Amino acid sequence: MADTLLDIRDLKTWFKTDDGMVRAVDGIDLRIDRGETVGVVGESGCGKTVTARSVLKLIDMPPGRFESGQILWQGRDLIPLAADEMDKIRAREIAIIFQEPMTSLNPVYTVGHQIAEVVRQHEKLGHKQAREAAIEMLRLVNIPNPAKRVDDYPHQFSGGMRQRVMIAMAMSCKPKLLIADEPTTALDVTIQAQILELMQEMKERVGMSIMLITHAMGVVAETCQRVVVMYAGKVVEEAPVEALFGNPRHPYTQGLIRSIPRVDRSAEQKHRLEAIPGTVPSLLQPPPGCRFAARCKYVMDVCTKAMPPLKEAAPGHFVRCVL
Amino acid sequence: MAGSTPASLTAEAPGAAAAATGARSASKAPSTPGREAWRRFRRHRLAMASSVVLAIIVLAVVLGPLLWRVPINEIDFASKLEGPSWTHPFGTDDLGQDILARLLYGGRISLAVGFCAMLVAAVVGVMVGAIAGMSRGSVDAGLMWLADLFLALPQLPLLLLIIYLFRDSLTKILGPEGGIFIMVVAVIGGLRWMQVARLVRAQILSIREKEFIEAARALGASRLRQVVRHILPNALGPVIVAGTIDVAAAIIAESTLSFLGLGFPPDIPTWGRVLFDAKDTIDVAPHWVLFSGGAIFLAVLTINFIGDGLRDALDPRRVL
Repeated sequence: MADTLLDIRDLKTWFKTDDGMVRAVDGIDLRIDRGETVGVVGESGCGKTVTARSVLKLIDMPPGRFESGQILWQGRDLIPLAADEMDKIRAREIAIIFQEPMTSLNPVYTVGHQIAEVVRQHEKLGHKQAREAAIEMLRLVNIPNPAKRVDDYPHQFSGGMRQRVMIAMAMSCKPKLLIADEPTTALDVTIQAQILELMQEMKERVGMSIMLITHAMGVVAETCQRVVVMYAGKVVEEAPVEALFGNPRHPYTQGLIRSIPRVDRSAEQKHRLEAIPGTVPSLLQPPPGCRFAARCKYVMDVCTKAMPPLKEAAPGHFVRCVL
Repeated sequence: MAGSTPASLTAEAPGAAAAATGARSASKAPSTPGREAWRRFRRHRLAMASSVVLAIIVLAVVLGPLLWRVPINEIDFASKLEGPSWTHPFGTDDLGQDILARLLYGGRISLAVGFCAMLVAAVVGVMVGAIAGMSRGSVDAGLMWLADLFLALPQLPLLLLIIYLFRDSLTKILGPEGGIFIMVVAVIGGLRWMQVARLVRAQILSIREKEFIEAARALGASRLRQVVRHILPNALGPVIVAGTIDVAAAIIAESTLSFLGLGFPPDIPTWGRVLFDAKDTIDVAPHWVLFSGGAIFLAVLTINFIGDGLRDALDPRRVL
């Protein structure tokens, strides 16, 4: 059995609003082993980002709160940890990169300063050494002429370059787990490919794990070993990547896969891209049964009565569906 | 702030020399936010001219008394209320004292009061604003309520009251000059922090939601570090502008106090005090009023223009 880094058990992150409790993450289990890339997919508003932020405890409390569950980081629960303890975990053990590279860097400091600051927060280094470390990180993320670019400000970088800088910052303390929250959504396709390749390269170099949050199934197929499909705050399917794409069990996963544009089909077929009808249900009062029931082609009576349990359909392939 | 303005001016000399080659190198030079701001500030002509004038005033009051070695309190009834002449360029007052010497000496105090009061206001304001902005809820509400309370107080009567109450005891402890200086600075600064506090709070409320703050938090920056290293530097532009204008307001406030006879004692000739002494002879010796009033006018006007230039130069929409 591989060495487990992160083990989320029955995590519930709820938000208190004027209308009631929003159950953004409603009892999910997620495991990430050392050296593994796990994809977390699902459409907007199904709890992917909240899950990621919960792991680093970046949820504003209030309005958010952990209703129940454990976030075990190498066997140690992060939820009761004090703020200063958590600061030590951040960046050194678990780092995160966000969706928006254009605004994730502080405009008043040079990128070198920002990378060096992260390093200096966690390691005892002098100014000069930290600067050297920053240059080294910029070189690692393939920024040309790093010794010169280290003194440039964020506005002098393009979006893809800034995302590289963000990766450099996140990687600067050699974390064991990198959470990438839709790292390529704001970038165009060629840059996307470069960034994904870079993350893969960094992963192999440092031997870390990646939790890749995305709604692009193509990205998942390309980079992940295992995939967790989330829907309305719940895990609906979890499988190794080949099994998931080869034999998707949950109707939602099937819908997601069918909605990938296919370049291999000829344009003459004028095949309309399939979409899943309807939208994600309100998380204020989720339906009692299967949360996908209202949009499911195969819906049956039992589906609306009780939430189906997550069962193992094949070795390592879990699905929350009665089918 | 105001302190950096003269510094930038001295830096201008080599800058002007390099200006010939600057056209080419300017495009190559790394454009730091500071350099960008300086470039925009330079384009503001009134602000640039004001910087020069203010620098001359500051230099004059700092170095003037060393060069113009006429005692400020040499009484000479033979030459009282004389108009400007070579021996007394700004004329003399009713005791035959040299007005130029008095204004040069008094300007030190007037400008120092203005600057120190601004510092007090800025420090208090930034702290209150930062605490209010970072702690939502009752602390925030309480502090802003306090700021509103202070804003609602009629300032001049309050100033007078505080000075009546505390002047004598402070004078006893710290001597007439030091005691009154500290009191005037504290009172003026203590009544001007509210605008800065509101400004800082508003800035923090918007900046704290920016992605780069969350990124810093995600990479292990503590709360204090987020505020001091990431939020405040981004919030400082408007504070610098407000601070500049506060200097001018504090100079006016000090002049008002002195003019009412409640600031510094008569033997310390701050600009307001000189103006107060001059008002009785405005018909026979207008130069006395003109020069002392002119000094206040010029200092306040130039500082306001510089504040205006800084506002354009540090416009956060252009920095961010």
